[in-house]
Amino acid sequence: AAALKASTGAYKVDEPLTPEKDVTSYNNFYEFGTGKGDPAANSASFKPEPWKVKVNGLVSKPREFGLEELLAFPLEERVYRMRCVEAWSMVIPWIGFPLAALLDEVEPLGSAKYVAFETVIRPDEMPGQSGYFQPLEWPYREGLRLDEARHPLTILSVGVYGKTLPNQNGAPVRLVVPWKYGFKGIKSIVRISLTETPPPCTWNLTAPDEYGFYANVNPAVDHPRWSQATEIRVGEGGFFGSNRRDTLPFNGYAEEVASLYAGMDLRANF
Amino acid sequence: MALVPTLPKHLHGPSIWALYALGFVPAASAFYLGATGQLPGNAIKEFEHLLGLWALRFLIATLTITPVRDLFGVNWIRYRRALGLLAFYYVLMHFLAYMLLDQMLRFPAILADIARRPFITIGMAALVLLIPLALTSNNWSIRRLGPRWNKLHKLVYVIAAAGALHFAMSVKVVGPEPMLYIALVTLLLSWRTVRTRFLRWKRQRSAIARPIPATEKAAG
Repeated sequence: AAALKASTGAYKVDEPLTPEKDVTSYNNFYEFGTGKGDPAANSASFKPEPWKVKVNGLVSKPREFGLEELLAFPLEERVYRMRCVEAWSMVIPWIGFPLAALLDEVEPLGSAKYVAFETVIRPDEMPGQSGYFQPLEWPYREGLRLDEARHPLTILSVGVYGKTLPNQNGAPVRLVVPWKYGFKGIKSIVRISLTETPPPCTWNLTAPDEYGFYANVNPAVDHPRWSQATEIRVGEGGFFGSNRRDTLPFNGYAEEVASLYAGMDLRANF
Repeated sequence: MALVPTLPKHLHGPSIWALYALGFVPAASAFYLGATGQLPGNAIKEFEHLLGLWALRFLIATLTITPVRDLFGVNWIRYRRALGLLAFYYVLMHFLAYMLLDQMLRFPAILADIARRPFITIGMAALVLLIPLALTSNNWSIRRLGPRWNKLHKLVYVIAAAGALHFAMSVKVVGPEPMLYIALVTLLLSWRTVRTRFLRWKRQRSAIARPIPATEKAAG
């Protein structure tokens, strides 16, 4: 990971940062294996450069963005909470730019209602994508409603902790939507498509009763196998420094995003 | 059929104590690493999962003693109690890690988990069923209970199945690791269903292969 310059962004959680060691060694990235340490251990041969992201679908100006073009967007550092659906959380200094800025470049059509994302498929570089056991159907896919995608909190991240993204964190470009569970933050993106209908999402397809399309952080709606009411903050000094804290609605970003879901039944649309 | 050298008798006792000592190494080393902040990421969950995994390994080891004796004639029965008790201690530590470190004694949440989440209900049932087995894992109980002891300790089959199921149900995607444990437990439990027939066949076969000569019998 090379050093990456960014301005200080407006969004900065006032909580201690999760140590870089934990942010870069405790990951869910099944393309590199299902263990938390697998992505860091198995991603050394992954090549995030050169890279292209194809943006197409219901847009007036479909085009490809090279990595250099992505890095040319005004980059800022955003310190966000990250809440995993597995009831642990981190505080992470991302570097990136609003997804809205990229969408503006391609000019979505009036009929576009959703944004679909896809991760790269490279079985030679991603051991989780080859062999007898493959945990998920590839490519990993995620989606947002267009208004969620355009929300100023939603960023495409190209770096963390002042450097370009390590492979295990989704190099070279990934999505960060801080009020949703971490699995919405699709990594190593190669395609972004604007669609009229809700796009298929990997975890939602895999276990629809466990992972919804919205996946907004919500302490009131439990995962069938565990409570979402509380979370463990990772990396606060071993067994006794870690603390279990209450999970906040929309991961603490309710003020900014609750209005997106006005009138919706969040229990049905989990 | 001696596949492994026989241990001298005076080492039987010490070898059992060595097994106990060795058996606690994974828990002790993980506890040290976790308590000193050296387990990466979600240290508490890593510790909790490690304890659960070792519990399952010791349960499987316990169930392996009989088939190893049946098939290879190696009698390690003197280690079975230690393996079974190690399994119990690991299940207990697994639960304590969950209750104390993970849930930090939030009892409403713990009770809700046990009541509402099938994989936790199953895991809890396995722990409860292990208690009478652990309490009767001593010579006094074996003498006292007689044939009922054997019957009681058949509960370990249910416990091992529950443990493997608990593991498989707890993961997001059932990958090779939980599948392996399910397969091993299935294999070991299946052995019990064919065991009597196998032993009869083995006896008959050896009787045919080595008929005892009448003269030798008389001489003996």
